[in-house]
Amino acid sequence: MASPILEVRSLTKSFNQFKAVDDLSFAINKGAVYGFLGQNGAGKSTTMRMLMGLIFPDSGSIIINGSSFSNSQRQLLRNIGAIIERPDMYGYLSGWENLKIFAALSGKNIKTTRLHEVIEMVGLKGREKDKVKAYSQGMKQRLGIAIATVHEPDLLILDEPTNGLDPQGIAEIRQLILSLSKDHGKTILVSSHLLHEIEQVATDIIIIHKGKKMIEAPVGELLRPDDTRIEITLQPAPGLQQSIYQTSWAQYSPEIIDGVLTIKMNPAHIPALNKWLVVQGIEVSGITTQHSFEAYFLNITHETTAADRTV
Amino acid sequence: MKQLLQIELFKIFRRPRTYISFGIVTAITFVIQLAMLTDGKSYMSFALQGVNEQFDIHGNMINGYFITYIILQTLLIQIPLLVALVAGDTLAGEATLGTLRLLLTKPISRNQLILAKFMSSFIYTVLLVIWLAIVALGLSVLIFGRGDMVNIKSDTFILILQNDVLWRYAAAFCFAMLAMTTIASLSILLSVFADNSIGPIISTMGIVVVLTILSNLDLPLFNHIKPYIFTTHMIGWKGFFDDPVPVRQIGISALVLIVYTVAFAGTTLLVFNKKDIKS
Repeated sequence: MASPILEVRSLTKSFNQFKAVDDLSFAINKGAVYGFLGQNGAGKSTTMRMLMGLIFPDSGSIIINGSSFSNSQRQLLRNIGAIIERPDMYGYLSGWENLKIFAALSGKNIKTTRLHEVIEMVGLKGREKDKVKAYSQGMKQRLGIAIATVHEPDLLILDEPTNGLDPQGIAEIRQLILSLSKDHGKTILVSSHLLHEIEQVATDIIIIHKGKKMIEAPVGELLRPDDTRIEITLQPAPGLQQSIYQTSWAQYSPEIIDGVLTIKMNPAHIPALNKWLVVQGIEVSGITTQHSFEAYFLNITHETTAADRTV
Repeated sequence: MKQLLQIELFKIFRRPRTYISFGIVTAITFVIQLAMLTDGKSYMSFALQGVNEQFDIHGNMINGYFITYIILQTLLIQIPLLVALVAGDTLAGEATLGTLRLLLTKPISRNQLILAKFMSSFIYTVLLVIWLAIVALGLSVLIFGRGDMVNIKSDTFILILQNDVLWRYAAAFCFAMLAMTTIASLSILLSVFADNSIGPIISTMGIVVVLTILSNLDLPLFNHIKPYIFTTHMIGWKGFFDDPVPVRQIGISALVLIVYTVAFAGTTLLVFNKKDIKS
């Protein structure tokens, strides 16, 4: 069993009367990529800021590589790289100068060759001498990752690294995270709103809601294709509900409401179901699938919100 | 610590606003020199009208030393503003940019960061005052020449011989550095509470203006608190142009400014070490 590089124990933080993080505990194993999920205001950024010493917890503890963060913060930060919220830098300086400044502050002796190496790794070669204020959001994110990784830390904490990026930028950051994990052996805790993105890079998922941990599990356990929600838009077909229940499709509990057939099953069965509908003489005008992970996330967060409302 | 200070200085001197301050000092000096070049004689006869009836004054009164003394009056409001412009931005500016977050995720202590900010602001302040000395004293002497210096007071005037002036200016500029360091410390302290640099800059100036008015109001109500207000002591440099030089009073003023500077720095460290960085 992999050993934890980071352990969070009963972390709690309130701002005035608002409890942003509530008795939060989890552990991050070495070499894994943890997706840190939650709605806006769920407490992700507050947690990540506490992990980096930017915000002081009211109670609880953070253990990194077996040492207490509050006792050995400076020593432990040498081995952590982070982007918290946005990769903000000095716009009046060049990308190279920014990288040089933060490399010098990393507590390690970093050679110029290493600076060139990370500039190349994040795809900023040729633009490193430009002022940061002239960079696109994607370039800033990439420079942020260069700064976070230049001192070769074992643990990376990336808070919303795809924020404000276009689809191409998102894909580039995704590839970068995968490469950092697979090729460079980094342990990564990454938060994002984009469930689909997290699903593609994470080995494990932590979901928090209203400051509390809802789930902590390997992605494989959460991603059950058999639970995929599929919606098929049909032409009006009286009696279809009855006839579908007389077939083997009934095991997936299909429902037809307002001309939309909703069914939970493995998307691999879609062609067969489509074929069956066509044989029945029913015209299909659209098929959409709601990913099981997305459905799971929405389910878990909505359930809690609804329960809160009832109380 | 040395590296952190180098980085702070690098950041200060790569920002255009730093050079704007040096430009403004040059402009203020130039405007006063130009005004004295064109209207200096009428200004002098107006200033000396009270004493002209009793004394027969000859010689080049509008010389470089006299002009420098006039320029130094900007130490009360204009130069503090320029100091606050950079010092007030040290922490709040980083918070606005979002770089404070990034800085504090590096293995540097908050104390180290604050000390580096104080030291870099101090160096900037010293350089600004040195620049003021160069353009005010150097350029004025170059344009207006040397001569005995007249220090005009409300009811009298002090004549300082030409060969007795320079050491006084050296001491006055050193005192000005101390006074401006106090302003820089106040700005940095206010900078801890803000997430944008406009707030601390305006607050610093607001405090300086209000306290300067209090220091100058001759009302019994304020006379008791005047000795404890730092703005009262910021004009301590003027003492070097008195005869005899009130060494004890200047020493007290310097001490008060040092106490204020240390108190502002200490409070900054206390507040910043407990502050949650949410910017």
